[in-house]
Amino acid sequence: MAARVAVIPYGYALAALASALMARILPTTRADAATAGMIVSFAIYAAILLWAFAARGALRLWLWLGGVGLLVGLLLAWSLLAGAGR
Amino acid sequence: MKDGFRQSMAWLHTWSGLLFGWLLFVIFVCGTISYFQEEVTRWMQPEVTTPSDPVAAADGAARWLAANASGSSAWYITLPGDRAATTALFWTPAEDGPAGGVTEMTLDGRGNPVTARDTAGGYFLYRFHYDLHYLPVIWARYLVGIAAMFMLMAILSGIVTHKKIFADFFMLRLGKGQRSWLDAHNVTAVLALPFHLMITYTGLVTLEGQLSPAPVAALYANRSEFFAEAFPVAGAPESQGEAAPLASFSAMMKEARLQWGMDVGHIFVSRPGDAVARVTLTSAPGASMDARGKMLQFDGVTGRLMGEGVPKGAVQRIEGVMIGIHAGRYADAVLRWLYFLSGVGGTTMVVSGLVLWTVKRRSKLTDPQRPHFGFRVVERLNIAVVAGFPLAIAVYFLANRLLPVDLPDRAEWEVDCLFLAWLGAGIFAVLRPVRRGWIELCRCNALLFAAVPLVSAAATARNLPASLMSGDWVFAGFELMMLALAFGFAFAANRLALVGSRHALKRPGKREQVVA
Repeated sequence: MAARVAVIPYGYALAALASALMARILPTTRADAATAGMIVSFAIYAAILLWAFAARGALRLWLWLGGVGLLVGLLLAWSLLAGAGR
Repeated sequence: MKDGFRQSMAWLHTWSGLLFGWLLFVIFVCGTISYFQEEVTRWMQPEVTTPSDPVAAADGAARWLAANASGSSAWYITLPGDRAATTALFWTPAEDGPAGGVTEMTLDGRGNPVTARDTAGGYFLYRFHYDLHYLPVIWARYLVGIAAMFMLMAILSGIVTHKKIFADFFMLRLGKGQRSWLDAHNVTAVLALPFHLMITYTGLVTLEGQLSPAPVAALYANRSEFFAEAFPVAGAPESQGEAAPLASFSAMMKEARLQWGMDVGHIFVSRPGDAVARVTLTSAPGASMDARGKMLQFDGVTGRLMGEGVPKGAVQRIEGVMIGIHAGRYADAVLRWLYFLSGVGGTTMVVSGLVLWTVKRRSKLTDPQRPHFGFRVVERLNIAVVAGFPLAIAVYFLANRLLPVDLPDRAEWEVDCLFLAWLGAGIFAVLRPVRRGWIELCRCNALLFAAVPLVSAAATARNLPASLMSGDWVFAGFELMMLALAFGFAFAANRLALVGSRHALKRPGKREQVVA
């Protein structure tokens, strides 16, 4: 269970990254994009948690979580560096 | 493998529900009352009897502010709507004035100063449901936000856990111990499931800026830059040092009503008394589902219409509606009662879930006479919160009628009475045997709620029969609700006592059998 409970803080960080990425890439005004990111962040977090508690095997779960986290983090970093003017 | 999934979900449901169940109960109770916060405030200010008139209130507010808030650069006026009876004023203190002076004031429905007892009224219960009390607001909101997130997880995992949830919905088997508690939990959960999901998610949205700061951080250099862009309330331009009297609000309000077909709810005046003054009107919160409403801006001296508030983006409007349907300010009487009943359903769901936790585990205890520490903690906290918090609210209402009207810091004393009563109930719950504790606190609640209309009749010029006769449904409704709660708690106490005596009769019989 500890492997799943650890998803509570990790999932929050992942949801924060994903909602930030979403806010960066949405083709609307900045205020709308930021608002959309905030609204959806809770759904992303809830989905991560449900999925984590439903998944089989802690190793597989964390491989997925780590992989998705890395991908989202890289995309966000790229977006921040490339489009700093937005 | 499917069973493993359901077990995992059941685990998530049990522990996410238990960990924050008590806080969620308090949030649900206060949030439910908040649907009638204006009515509660009116009951708690029995001296205010003048009918409200928004235009007279606005002009009265302008007169009062011009006389008492000179040098202020911004006025905020909240007008009485259909439900509130008073006008709330806030203003920024003058730069050369004494620091830390009072910058808020309440006027009556016609704009004259009220001489009512000092009370936080229903507004306190509303703020308590997300700001809590006695701790910094910022920490309170994190706590409430985490509780709401746990609630969301408890709902989602609960849907998965109860596999026959919709079939079970039609089954309410009463008087069957654990089965009845589970049925009650399912029925209240499913009946208002869309409400529970909506209220939890939109509740998170109301706190999103604090709970989920990442999207703003990814797009803006700082938060104030975001607020300036997302919620621009244009102030007046820089003052040229030329004074000019403020135009009357009544023509502006007429114009706004003509344009919107809705009443005006808020007035914001930037640089009042200056030649560059600007007046911004916002539609009443009861007039639309969008919590942020519509805006019009006027020249403060000529009263000429200058334009609409800055148009908001589609997502921001969706956000406004999400907050609007959470707060339910747009709801008419029927919908408002539905909101209230859904809130009662949510409260019942939380209570039955908390009780179910103990009922389910009691039968499996190795030694039922001496349960383990964790079990005892849950048992006592259930009594202290589920029976103790309503007691505290009854005391809050009684304190409103019994504290001396001229007591300094009276409003804060009413709130202190609430928490002192809760503390007392908590200590009582720890000291008494579990079943006795439930029964005695329920009886105490019945007495206290029944006392509210009686004490009010003795302490004020109003009473229930007179309110009923004159058709004053705010006062009559409030006091009838108190009586209904009194009956409810008396009924609960009697049921518990009955079940208790049945157990007491059964138990010796069983023991004799064992001995024989």
